[in-house]
Amino acid sequence: MSATPLQRIGAMVFKEVRQMLRDRGTVGMMLVMPLMQLMIFGYAINNDPRGLPMAIERGDNSVFARSIDAALRNTTYFKVTELVESPGAGEELLQNGKVQFVVTIPADFGRDLVRGRRPQLLVTADATDPAATGPAISAISEAVSTALGHDLIGPLGSRAEGPSPVDLVLHRSYNPEGITSHNVVPGLLAIVLSMTMVMLTALSVTREVEQGTMENLLATPLRPFEVMVGKIVPYLAIGVVQLSVILLAARFLFQVPFAGPLPLLLGATLLFMITSLGLGFTLSTLAQSQLQAMQMSFFYILPSVLLSGFAFPYRGMPVWAQTLAEVLPTTHFIRLVRGIMLKGWGLLDAVPEMGVLAGMLVLLGVIAVRRYQDTVA
Amino acid sequence: MIDVRGLTKRFGGRTVVDHVDLSVARGRICGFLGPNGSGKTTTLRMICGLLIPDEGEGTVLGLDLRTRRAAIKARVGYMTQKFGLFSDLTIAENLEFFARVHGLERRKERVAEALEQLGLATRSDQLAGKLSGGWKQRLALAACVLHDPEILLLDEPTAGVDPQARREFWEQIHDLAAGGMTVLVSTHYMDEAERCHEIAYIAYGRMLARGSIAEVVAASGLKALLGEGPGADRLAKEIEARPGVAMAAPFGTALHVCGPDLAALNAAVAPWADRIRFREASPSLEDVFINLMRGAEDNSVVVQA
Repeated sequence: MSATPLQRIGAMVFKEVRQMLRDRGTVGMMLVMPLMQLMIFGYAINNDPRGLPMAIERGDNSVFARSIDAALRNTTYFKVTELVESPGAGEELLQNGKVQFVVTIPADFGRDLVRGRRPQLLVTADATDPAATGPAISAISEAVSTALGHDLIGPLGSRAEGPSPVDLVLHRSYNPEGITSHNVVPGLLAIVLSMTMVMLTALSVTREVEQGTMENLLATPLRPFEVMVGKIVPYLAIGVVQLSVILLAARFLFQVPFAGPLPLLLGATLLFMITSLGLGFTLSTLAQSQLQAMQMSFFYILPSVLLSGFAFPYRGMPVWAQTLAEVLPTTHFIRLVRGIMLKGWGLLDAVPEMGVLAGMLVLLGVIAVRRYQDTVA
Repeated sequence: MIDVRGLTKRFGGRTVVDHVDLSVARGRICGFLGPNGSGKTTTLRMICGLLIPDEGEGTVLGLDLRTRRAAIKARVGYMTQKFGLFSDLTIAENLEFFARVHGLERRKERVAEALEQLGLATRSDQLAGKLSGGWKQRLALAACVLHDPEILLLDEPTAGVDPQARREFWEQIHDLAAGGMTVLVSTHYMDEAERCHEIAYIAYGRMLARGSIAEVVAASGLKALLGEGPGADRLAKEIEARPGVAMAAPFGTALHVCGPDLAALNAAVAPWADRIRFREASPSLEDVFINLMRGAEDNSVVVQA
């Protein structure tokens, strides 16, 4: 009596199901992954971001200026977080990324409006992420005309007719033409580096354990720290090659502006690479097999792509997603790259984000060294 | 060279190694025997600093087992049970790696010498993973003696290796020991145990016997009979069930019977004495070990603490 094809297939299915159930990592992944994707795609990502931080620079205190102020606060597109008086202060908030828009109401705005001189209303947008600015800009013009429509009544009613009584001037900072690649290419540097650095390291350590070579390494005088550094150095070299390729492509293929100092970008990138390698190393001390290490890296990379501000505007996400993104090194590095390349950040502008990365590095280093012992089991 | 007392290691609720004492003098080859899962590998790992014992103390090369693990690692060679070299590096690169890790002087020469001794000089560019079992084992040994360790710990080094290669391997071990290296080697093979100066038998984490082979056999107090005659080998089960018989096992066409008392043994086989001629024989090491193992309490079952 020989088994039928169905019986033999049944035997295979039985074996596969048993093996799969025994691998908790995979089962967890199959359950958690769709949930994570549902949350991110369903709730976190928003192509029509709202609640974008805005600063209003009010040089005029007329009723018109105040009603424009109120109207801007009333749209769901903006959250007026700052009210600045001195000229130039808004620019600074834009530069260090505190706000995405600055609306400047010039002095004598009300007077000029009454006199029919079509005063300028200056909107400065941080266009490093064109996707976030597009819809918001039309919302500004709408808010302004609604606000003025209410105020320009009676003898001023004629101002509301014909061409807009206000000359709305839009200034797209850092990316005047709103070119998507200027936003994407620097971000891509962060994504490419996190993918390779985290995954390669996580796999390389787990491979030693899986192939039984780790026991031999540990039986030699090699110290854990030495194994770590020794493993990290070659990957750093790979990262440097990737960095060069992307920077050259950014310069010559995509003509991405490079406003900030190159050494600063290199320093920030090096810091990010080491942090990512440290993260990969930490993952590898948690994973029991190369498959698990791969799954863990994937769990890191997916939110890194989606939440870091690379693919979708960070500011358009709900608070919980932003909080989650803050934990990812990629988020901070993307801000650094865009800041340095597009906004021309100097060292002082870069310090806060670099500080966060350095903190993460220290934390990961401590975890990795603690978990990675010079003993087996 | 190796002197440890009361070594104990627990994993979960299970005591894998239970108060093991072991000492091996310089230049001696000690065979480390015991059934699968008896704690041999764990003991070796504790001796070479890969595991920290939960209890017990001792010195390796005069260095404290707990506090001087790094120093011990530098002067001990440990060959793992599973092939632990890098299969995607060549033979020469593997040796070179270990030479670098140990910071050896005249690195190139030492690697070349090792390759020459191995007889692999012409194949030094071959990937280590492509070698056959016997060659892998020789390469692994070469890698762990490259830094001239004073102690060599071998964990079932000859498992799955053909007899010819095993013999050569043991000749090499004896040469190394003659040069002053202390060797602790775990094995399942009785013929290998007999090649050792002394043996240590561990079962279920406990040290059951130590000493030279003659000492271990004598200490067991076991007596044996060898029965020859038609169908002798088929009587094992029947005879083993008789009082006074510890075990009976077919030995080719003959039957090997042993027990603690010679008179009782003779009485036990008496019913078959007309057909089969029984004569006194010396108990083998295997008899002694199987007997020891059966007498030992099996604690290999997981006990929840």
